[in-house]
Amino acid sequence: MENLKDILTIDLKKYDFKDDVNYIYTAPKGLTKKIVEEISYLKKEPDWMRRFRLKALDIFLKKPIPRWGADLSGINFDEISYYVKPTDRKGTSWEDVPDYIKKTFEKLGIPEAERKFLAGVGAQYDSEVVYHSIKKELEKKGVIFLDTDTALKEYPDFFEEYFGKVVPPTDNKFAALNSAVWSGGSFIYVPPGVHVEFPLQAYFRINAANIGQFERTLIIADEGSFVHYIEGCTAPMYSSFSLHAAVVEIIVKKGARVRYTTIQNWAHNIYNLVTKRAIAYKDASVEWVDGNMGSKVTMKYPCVIMKEKGARAEIISVSYAGKGQHQDTGAKAIHLAPYTSSRIISKSISKDGGRTSYRGLVKIIKGAKGVKSNVNCDALILDEKSRSDTYPYMEINEEEVDIGHEASVGRISEEEIFYITSRGIPESEALALIVLGFIEPLTKELPMEYAIELNRLIQLEMEGSVG
Amino acid sequence: MEGLFIKDLHVSVEGKEIIKGLNLSLEMGKIHAIMGPNGSGKTTLGFVIIGHPKYKAIKGEIIFKGKNILELPPDERAALGLFLGFQYPYEIKGITFQHFIWRSILALKDKKRNGERFPKNFIEFKKELRKKAEILGVDEKFIERDLNVGFSGGEKKRAEILQMLLLKPEFVILDEIDSGLDIDSVKIVAKTIESMRSPDFGVLLITHYQRILNYVKPDKVYVMYKGEIVKEGGFELAEEVEKTGYKIFENSL
Repeated sequence: MENLKDILTIDLKKYDFKDDVNYIYTAPKGLTKKIVEEISYLKKEPDWMRRFRLKALDIFLKKPIPRWGADLSGINFDEISYYVKPTDRKGTSWEDVPDYIKKTFEKLGIPEAERKFLAGVGAQYDSEVVYHSIKKELEKKGVIFLDTDTALKEYPDFFEEYFGKVVPPTDNKFAALNSAVWSGGSFIYVPPGVHVEFPLQAYFRINAANIGQFERTLIIADEGSFVHYIEGCTAPMYSSFSLHAAVVEIIVKKGARVRYTTIQNWAHNIYNLVTKRAIAYKDASVEWVDGNMGSKVTMKYPCVIMKEKGARAEIISVSYAGKGQHQDTGAKAIHLAPYTSSRIISKSISKDGGRTSYRGLVKIIKGAKGVKSNVNCDALILDEKSRSDTYPYMEINEEEVDIGHEASVGRISEEEIFYITSRGIPESEALALIVLGFIEPLTKELPMEYAIELNRLIQLEMEGSVG
Repeated sequence: MEGLFIKDLHVSVEGKEIIKGLNLSLEMGKIHAIMGPNGSGKTTLGFVIIGHPKYKAIKGEIIFKGKNILELPPDERAALGLFLGFQYPYEIKGITFQHFIWRSILALKDKKRNGERFPKNFIEFKKELRKKAEILGVDEKFIERDLNVGFSGGEKKRAEILQMLLLKPEFVILDEIDSGLDIDSVKIVAKTIESMRSPDFGVLLITHYQRILNYVKPDKVYVMYKGEIVKEGGFELAEEVEKTGYKIFENSL
């Protein structure tokens, strides 16, 4: 099986590269009040944001590291650079984007995706969005799609009204950290009744060792509107760890619908600790589609708070944990109103000693009559060394509800693999076939390009350790 | 002489020796039948020929197309033209029957096997699949379902034969292919096997009972008992076994 490993190394090089970048400003390592003030100063932010950051820093420093979930003891906060600005230029069209950055994007296949269903590309390079283009028709419809820093400058009042309201800095230590040092991310506003026909997408990657990425995304879908946002990332590999602590806030007003798709393949040394939360108002609906392939540790539980009658949530997630990886992922559905409904589908795969955990919460408050909730979590364990756990929490305080919960743990037997290979299919492909079949509920929700890329990544993972 | 040749084969499963010094010459162009009681090592023989990871050949050789195949992984053996119809086919979720077979064909093509005999594309494949499914009485809805999932015992067996037809192997081992089949299905399956008779096609039928041998006429019959071949002959041997049972072979060891 040595050959397969060789092939894997070659193929993976596509996902494992870095450019020599002359960083214009790199914050000193470690996190202090001075650094936070400097970030705010360099960004020429309004005073309220500066104060918001400082308050968040306080909270971050006071809050202990969570003792539940994955092992986070490997994070050394003093070793992280909290702000990097790779270039002062900001492209508004593809031509304006510096060549060295284009080269990086090319390797990631971005221009292709752009050709195909481009609406606007928010491409984040290190901690800064350097390229952003918006189609004319989006502008005509009044849709705002900007990097978060620019949005703060251009729409300060709007921003102050919504920013930090869905995920306050007090929520958890990493949300506090993000709030203190956030940089980049996407800001989307869709006006009432507007349907954005094509997915809006952003690509980002981490490109320097020990540089944390703290992007902040805020989406507001006004009444009766629809938008699909996609973030996909492939990251280069490093020997020392990096931290990715993002916050995503979504506000979905009456009758609106937002779908948020993530396909991520962080390098295997990255701690990926993301807080994603949406608030759904009357008859609004939120869909989180979340694929977690890479990282050393991921802790991520996309959440929907159904605040008013008739709101709906759908949370579909797939996690893959290989050697040395722990994916602690799941979903939260908070029912605060009657006749709200949620559907959670979670699929996890562990292999080569990897560990997956499903951690989910369904909460229904007293008086939320007629709530429907269905949770389905399946784990697939590919060898004896690997592990999967399920932690489903239920807080049901209302009797007139309809709750379903199903969980399964499957192992692929040697015999099943033998059966498949006996027809001529090599072992790595046999595993990939089984895994791809298993995660189909997610892939069928993805645009074609993403489904293909995810399939290819899974195939590479399966080739990696056969034998 | 072309064929599958087994020389002084010893096989152990989880440390227990099941086959002890087996010698067999299975010629192409002929239909061979191995009969034997439960536990005689018949299924083990099928598994070790195809390369089941738990069935280890501790000694001996299996030669096919001039190669000792024991070192090859199962997919490489398939690429040489070997096929096993499983006694208990596995249920595989997430892959439809048709997808699975098409992927297998692509894999075999990759390995330069049978290129010209396989359909050129999926549409042609689908045509061939429909035609052959109809012959075997495999309901079309099965080919779009997950592989063997929710199939009855008999449906699984017919699906194995359908796989065989589509993958166009040169030497097939069919393990208790008639178990779970009603008599009409046995006849259809037998007729299919008979129709494949050619100088370039060899068959090893593994069976406990004589029933299927009334419809597929074997050229050679072997009786296997406690991991060894204790008697060989023509079709008359099968009839003899049917009358006397396997007990009488106790003394021939």
